[in-house]
Amino acid sequence: MAFSNAPRTPMPEQDPVIRACNFKEVALGYTEEQAKGEAARCLQCKNPLCVQGCPVNVRIPEFIAKVAEGDFEGAYQVITSTNGLPAISGRVCPQERQCEAKCVRGIKGEAVAIGRLERFVADWHLAHQTSHAVPMYPNNYRHVAVVGSGPAGLACAYDLANWGYSVTLFEAFHTVGGVLVYGIPEFRLPKSIVGKTVEELRALGVQIQTNMVVGRVFTLEELFEQGYDAIFLGTGAGLPKFMGIPGEELAGVFSANEYLTRVNLMHAWEDGYDTPIPASRSVAVVGGGNVAMDAARCARRLGAEVHVVYRRDQAEMPARAEEIHHAMEEGIQFHFLTNPTAVLNDGNGRVKGISCVQMALSETPDEKGRRAPMVVPGSDFVMDVDTVIMALGTSPNPLIRMADPTITVNNRGCFVVDEETMQTSREFVYAGGDAVTGAATVILAMGAGKRAAKAIDEKLGGNRCQLH
Amino acid sequence: MPIIVTKRALNPVVSLMELECPAIAKKALPGQFVMVRVDEKGERIPLTISDYDSVRGTITIMYQRIGLTTQKMDLLNPGDILLDVVGPLGNPTELEGVKRAVVIGGGVGSAIAYPQAKYLYAAGAHVDVIIGFRSKELVFMEESFRRNCTNLYITTDDGSYGEQGFVNQKLEQLLAEGNQYDLVLAIGPVPMMRAVSNSTRPHNLKTIVSLNPIMVDGTGMCGCCRCTVNGETKFACVDGPDFDGHQVDYEELMNRLSVYRPQEAEAVEKHNCNLQRQADEMKKGEDR
Repeated sequence: MAFSNAPRTPMPEQDPVIRACNFKEVALGYTEEQAKGEAARCLQCKNPLCVQGCPVNVRIPEFIAKVAEGDFEGAYQVITSTNGLPAISGRVCPQERQCEAKCVRGIKGEAVAIGRLERFVADWHLAHQTSHAVPMYPNNYRHVAVVGSGPAGLACAYDLANWGYSVTLFEAFHTVGGVLVYGIPEFRLPKSIVGKTVEELRALGVQIQTNMVVGRVFTLEELFEQGYDAIFLGTGAGLPKFMGIPGEELAGVFSANEYLTRVNLMHAWEDGYDTPIPASRSVAVVGGGNVAMDAARCARRLGAEVHVVYRRDQAEMPARAEEIHHAMEEGIQFHFLTNPTAVLNDGNGRVKGISCVQMALSETPDEKGRRAPMVVPGSDFVMDVDTVIMALGTSPNPLIRMADPTITVNNRGCFVVDEETMQTSREFVYAGGDAVTGAATVILAMGAGKRAAKAIDEKLGGNRCQLH
Repeated sequence: MPIIVTKRALNPVVSLMELECPAIAKKALPGQFVMVRVDEKGERIPLTISDYDSVRGTITIMYQRIGLTTQKMDLLNPGDILLDVVGPLGNPTELEGVKRAVVIGGGVGSAIAYPQAKYLYAAGAHVDVIIGFRSKELVFMEESFRRNCTNLYITTDDGSYGEQGFVNQKLEQLLAEGNQYDLVLAIGPVPMMRAVSNSTRPHNLKTIVSLNPIMVDGTGMCGCCRCTVNGETKFACVDGPDFDGHQVDYEELMNRLSVYRPQEAEAVEKHNCNLQRQADEMKKGEDR
C-alpha cells in the first residue's frame, strides 16, 4: 500500500475575526475527502507507538486504515471498542503530547492528525447513525452508582452499561456532563455533542439522576443499602484556588470556574437567559492552562479586550498548543513572565486594574523539574483592567468526602486509590479523574473511569469474565 | 420532581412555598439551603430551607419577591413544578448542647431563623426570639414563632407593631437586664447581622450569623460566595453559611452582594414589562 507523502491536512476553521464574536465551534471538521487524504498519511506501523501514547489505547492504525478505505462506520466501531466518547476526546485531547507525539511521521515532518480523524469518525457516525447503541452483554442485574457525570463518570458508566450492568449516574447540576458542560465552552466542544453522548448512555440503559448531591442527599452507606453493588466517585476537582493577593475579594474578580459556569452552563451570554455576567471592557486572565484559555476566549467573545497573564514563558504553558494558537489568532494579548501582586480598588469596591511584576525563570530546575519563576526587582507596573479571572487550578470538591469521611484522602484532599484498580480505601468504592489526580485532562479522567469499570467488572465477577 | 404543594403570601413582599422533595426533607437540618432554578433559562439562586417535614416529604422555602427569579417563582402555583431544587446544601447550624439562646430574625431572615428556634425549643432549650420588621404589615410567622419559643419579642422600625426599634436594641436590653445566653443566632440583612454582632462583642457572647452571598452552583465549585472570615477566604456554600459573627468582614460581603444590582434591576423591569404585555394581550383576547 502506498502512503501519501502530502503534508498534514489543515483543519478548516472559522475565520478568527468572525469567530471572536460568536460562540460557534472554531474547528469545522474534515470533509470525507480530507479525512481519507489525511488517513492515507498513516504508515500503519507494525508496532504502533501512537497507541501507547493514548491513555485509553485506541487502536489508532486500525481505525485510520478504515478511514482510508472510506469505511467510516467500521472506523467508529474500532474506536469505540476502547473509547466510548470519541466525539469529545477528538476535540479536547492534547494529542500533541499523546498519540501524535509518538507518531513516526512526526520525527521528520508532521504527525498524522489522529485527533482530527477521531473527531471526523465520531461526527460522521453521529450524523449517519440510524439506531442507538445496544449493550454488548445482557443485563447481569448488578447495580453500580456512578457519582459525577464528567468525563470519568461518563466513561465508567459507558463501559459498565455496555457490559450489562444497571448503572445510575448521579449529577449535582441540572445538566449532565460535568466539566464538559460547565467548563469547556461551546466553541470548543458544542453541547449538542455532549448531549448526543448522553443520549447514547441512556440508550444503553443508564439511569440519570440530576440535582443529586451525593454526600448531602445520600451517604455511600445509603447507596449500598439501596442495592448498589459498587460505587464509582468521579466528582472532579471543583473548589477554585485564588492567589491570596490583596483585592481578590473585589467585585469584578472571578474564579475561572465561576466565569465559565455563568457563560457555559447558565448561558449568561445568550439573550433571554437570567444569569448575569458583567459587560467587561478589559479583562486579565491569570494562568496558563486550558481553563485560562477557555475563560480568555469567552471574555473575548463577550466583547472585552483580553490579557492573559502567566508567570512562566510560552513554552511552559500547560494549555493545548492549539488553544494558545487560537487565542492568539483571536486577538488575545499574552503577557508571559508576568505575575499579579494585587488587584486595585477603584474606591467603590470594583476592580480598576492589577499591579504586576515581571518574572525571570531560574537557570536550574526546581524539585519538580520546572524552572522556577523569580521576581525581577523593580519591575512593577499596572495593567488597566476592570475584570480579573483567576484560572489557577482547583482542588477536589469537599462535599463528596461527607458521603463517607472514612475513605482515605491525601493532604490535597484527593482520594487515594490503587493505581491499577482505582479502588479507594473502602472495598467496592472506586474513584477516578480529577477527584484523584487534582486538575488534569479529560482523557486521563476517561482512562481512569474505564480502569475503574474494568476493576468493578472483575470484582463483581462480571459478565465479561464469565463469557470469555 | 419538586411539585409545589402549597403557596401563600406571608406579607406584601414575602411568600411561602412548600415543595415535595422527599430526599431533601429526609436530610435537611436547620441552617441548610437549596439551590433553585425556576425554568430552563433561569438562574440558580440559594434559598434557605425554612421548614422541613420528613413524614410529608416536603420542605418549605420563603422568599422575598424582590429579584427576577423570586418574581418568576411567584407566578407558579400549587401543582406546578419548580424546575430544579438541589440540596440540602451548606452545613447545618451547630445547635448541640445549647441551653439558652436568642434567635434573631430580620425581615425575611425571620423565616430562615425559624427552624433554628423550633429545633432548639424542641430540644428543651430556653429560646428567646426577637424578630424585626420595618412596619406592622410586614410582620409574619408570629404564631409559628410563638409556639416554638420561650419568649417572643417583635420590633418594628416605625413602632406600628410590637416594640419600636431595631432587633439589636432589644437584644441589648435583654442583656442589660442580666439575661444570660450561651448562643446568639442572627439571620437577616447584612447591616442587621453586623449590628447584632457589635452588640454581643463586648459581652464576649458567641454569635452565629448566616451569610447570604451570591452563589452560582452552591456546591463548592464557583467561588462566587467567598467571604473573608477572620482574615481567611471562606466559601459560604461549603464552609458555611454559618460563621462567627464577630469575625465576618461585612463591608466586603455588602460590596460583593451589590455586583449585579444594576443588571438585576433591569432584568426585573424587563420581566414586569413582559408580564404587563402578557396581561394586556390576555385582556385583549377576553375583550374579543
